[in-house]
Amino acid sequence: MKRNQSVGRGLLFLLIAGLIGYGIGLGLDTLIMKNVRFTAPVPSAFTLLFAFTAFFFGIYGYRGITRGLVFQVLGTLIGGFIVTGIRAVMGLQLFGGFFFSEPAWVFGALVGAVSFLFGVGVMSDWVKWARGMDTPDHHEDEPGWEKYFGVSLDHKVIGIQYTVTALFLISVGGLFALIFRTELAASGLQFLNVGMSLFGQNGPQLYNTLMSLHGMIMIVSILLGISGIINYVVPLLVGAQDMAFPRMNAFAFWAAVPASVLLLMALVLGGFDTGWTGYPPLSAKAPVGMQMFFLGVFTAGWSSILGALNVIATVARMRAKGMTAWRLPIFVWAAIATSIIALTATQLIGLSFQLVMFQRLLGMGFFEPSKGGNPVLFQHLFWFYSHPAVYVFVLPGLGIISELLPVFVRKPLFGYRWIAMSSLGIALVGFVVWAHHMFTSGMNEYLRVPFMYSTLLVAVPTGVKFFSWVGTIWKGKITTPTPMLFVLGAIFVFLLGGLTGPPNATVSVDLHLHDTYFIVGHFHDTIFGGFVFPFFAALYYWFPKATGRRMNEFWGKVHFWLMTPSFLILTFGMMRIGLMGMRRRIADYDPLQGFDATHLLLTICAFGIAISVLIFFINFFHSIKNGEKAEGNLWESRSPEWQVPSPMPVHNYEQPFEVVGEPYDYGLAGSKYIEFVPAEGGKH
Amino acid sequence: MLHFLVVGILIIAATILTYFGVNIMWQLPLAASTQATPIDWLWDVQIKAMSFLFALIVVPMAYSLLVFRRRKGETGEGEHFEGNTRLEIAWTIVPLIAVLTMAYIGAGNLADVRRADPQAMVVNVTGIQWSWRFEYDNGVVSDELHIPVGKQVLLKMTSNDVIHSFWVPEFRVKQDLVPGRTTELRITPTVVGDYKVRCAELCGTSHAYMEKPVIISTQDDFDTWMVARVEEAEALAATPEGAGQLLVSANGCAACHSMDGSTVIGPTWFGLAGSQVELADGTTVTADDDFLYESIKAPQAKIVAGFEGQQMPEYGFSDEQIANIIAYIKTLR
Repeated sequence: MKRNQSVGRGLLFLLIAGLIGYGIGLGLDTLIMKNVRFTAPVPSAFTLLFAFTAFFFGIYGYRGITRGLVFQVLGTLIGGFIVTGIRAVMGLQLFGGFFFSEPAWVFGALVGAVSFLFGVGVMSDWVKWARGMDTPDHHEDEPGWEKYFGVSLDHKVIGIQYTVTALFLISVGGLFALIFRTELAASGLQFLNVGMSLFGQNGPQLYNTLMSLHGMIMIVSILLGISGIINYVVPLLVGAQDMAFPRMNAFAFWAAVPASVLLLMALVLGGFDTGWTGYPPLSAKAPVGMQMFFLGVFTAGWSSILGALNVIATVARMRAKGMTAWRLPIFVWAAIATSIIALTATQLIGLSFQLVMFQRLLGMGFFEPSKGGNPVLFQHLFWFYSHPAVYVFVLPGLGIISELLPVFVRKPLFGYRWIAMSSLGIALVGFVVWAHHMFTSGMNEYLRVPFMYSTLLVAVPTGVKFFSWVGTIWKGKITTPTPMLFVLGAIFVFLLGGLTGPPNATVSVDLHLHDTYFIVGHFHDTIFGGFVFPFFAALYYWFPKATGRRMNEFWGKVHFWLMTPSFLILTFGMMRIGLMGMRRRIADYDPLQGFDATHLLLTICAFGIAISVLIFFINFFHSIKNGEKAEGNLWESRSPEWQVPSPMPVHNYEQPFEVVGEPYDYGLAGSKYIEFVPAEGGKH
Repeated sequence: MLHFLVVGILIIAATILTYFGVNIMWQLPLAASTQATPIDWLWDVQIKAMSFLFALIVVPMAYSLLVFRRRKGETGEGEHFEGNTRLEIAWTIVPLIAVLTMAYIGAGNLADVRRADPQAMVVNVTGIQWSWRFEYDNGVVSDELHIPVGKQVLLKMTSNDVIHSFWVPEFRVKQDLVPGRTTELRITPTVVGDYKVRCAELCGTSHAYMEKPVIISTQDDFDTWMVARVEEAEALAATPEGAGQLLVSANGCAACHSMDGSTVIGPTWFGLAGSQVELADGTTVTADDDFLYESIKAPQAKIVAGFEGQQMPEYGFSDEQIANIIAYIKTLR
């Protein structure tokens, strides 16, 4: 069936099933609460689950992702009813305002997430192996677009699945930001006020939920985005046929899908008001949405850990002949550094959330002072991951900058080894700086100065990168097509993020800056410079590799020239009002502090960014079928993936290649990075 | 060589321009405490350093983009050089020394900010969702913080419910209030005026409104205020409804319950006593003493219709205190 027809049918199904789900939910809610509540959590939850599932059923039929979602819905219900049954035997209350009780939701959601993985089919080979059955090494994917909705073991398909899921989540998280950014345009509460009610939340509560979910959904989308680029590009760069563990690779991607569903469930199941950090005791008191959030992050964590393991194994074991450590493409170094962090630190955020989960479910007092617990302990556990996580987000982006820069300045990467080592340096120093998030937390005071020293040390390897990039650009033959514009934008924006970091690291100044919009502006600079700009650069750069067509240059430049100034004003303005006393995470602000004009400007800029991203989306999806053909070495790159035609052949390189030179010797006459050689044992 | 000379001059110019530009766009609020002085000084040092580093990276980049760009019809590649180990070592070592120096200065600066006055006036602070409670040595309790100018105050802070953070932007320093422990913050106000303490750590629905006045006055005005508070408290404590009113203001009940019929977070208290109240489960009850007692003692037992999403914390009042609060509620009609 044609793609457009399928999408039309999917949307129709979404509408119908959404209405049916709403009817069932409303009926159940009315039955339990003896009261008709149109905007309550239960009808919304049923609407969400039914509509999503039906959408994919309409597009793709009952297989792959649809089957996964059906299994997730059924698994959630079955798990929920099992706990409800146990509660019936124990004589506890069975149902409430959220339909299931909290333990029933938690167990149901967990069963649902696992059921999804069985339903989607990513476990079937392992199940068959356990039963002593053989499976083929390679599963052939169907041609066309439909393979992206089912389990594929091809790293290129998985890379695109990751990327598209990331783009979906970026638009969801961005939409949330637009909603609360609009509320912030003027002081006072305009539409998220106390009188309104949605998903069982009034305006300020909904503000808190949207603000919190904006944070975590964006974080998950970033994790998926970097996995997307890494998955697609790293095996091509090192000359591998696929990732080291293709089934685990598929598993890692598909685990992120139920995780995303759980995060969205958090919105409708009463939300939560803690920010993405989920600090107890507040998170111990929030509605059941908090638990969905914890489970969502927990599940996304599996994805991150397993993906990282796979990257490390692939680079360690599957490099082309002659690709020694100092001849690795620089992006691979970044991927390794980021994977080391993701593999070893992600557990801590899972653990810290799990402890709060248990505190809520089982009454364990880990962070409850009246039971001998310690709320500050949570912050240590949380930030032990969540600070290094920032480097998980930005290191691949910095790798993309270093990878693309030589191509567009036609010059070798300046100080290759120093850049490679600086990635590892940032990764390692990143492990011992977490408590700089806690200078005002009430932790032992003597800890603050050592953490100031360690945090400021991060500036050293980061500085090496900047200086080396300047060295790379210096005396190049610079061209500025869209990917290069985004690379330059990335360097500029990340520089602003980097320079506004040291004041936060210095304890005394941070006593003023902590928990203000200065911090919000600072980290949006680091994340946009370290991830968003490089991510767009990578998409514009490798799009022809994946599709054989290029994205429209004109609209790409419009995207850049609209997004960059909007974003710069946005973060600069955020830092301005932060210094003046604008606190983070507030739905309303004191008009006497004089923020109104700046906030209005910030909201306008936020819409500017949204429009530019919308332009990107239209360009992206339109160019897949209609873009200008680009099957050759479009950017005149030395990198191996550009030495074969686009789109990339299914099994990557027909002939393996051997590394015979330096990766970035642009301008050195007669030099080559790779040479294709006949496969060992003759031609096949 | 000419390139380096031009870039060097441009870097100096850009540094100065950036520094002045940033100072126009980014301004700290009024500095109204002794603690603000070293912080503002260090901030200025950092802005200078930031301006220089910004120029140091951006100027050569912009210069390269203009001067070394590929012009129309031009072919060929950039100049071939792969790096310079001496340069790399230099821009590793120099920044290393710079950040260590910054950390050393920062540590000394922090010591200045924390300098303790043994004669400091102690105020016990409690953070409550979503209000502040200030208790002075003589037992006076208020939801406003009054401090005489020029005198160091030692805030001993804790929280009954979730984490809050004490921040008056004009005083710069900030400290979280953590349930189950006491944290300390020293402030020496230097400028007479009305400020606000604004909770800086997300603490739930009305976090944005967790603001209370902080009044810095002369010692005389402070003493007058204190005497008036003591007399007022004594007068009020004589009657049950007066004692109730004291409890209500000290515990920040008005953050959620209005006294004038408007809806804030929870149900209003205006005309509440004796009225018919519709509950979330559809039943209707009379708001008699028993209902009010239960609603204060165990807030989740009966939820009023329209307030299902709200979670009032348990305050642990004694029965006598609750009786006083009920007596106060009865006066609101």
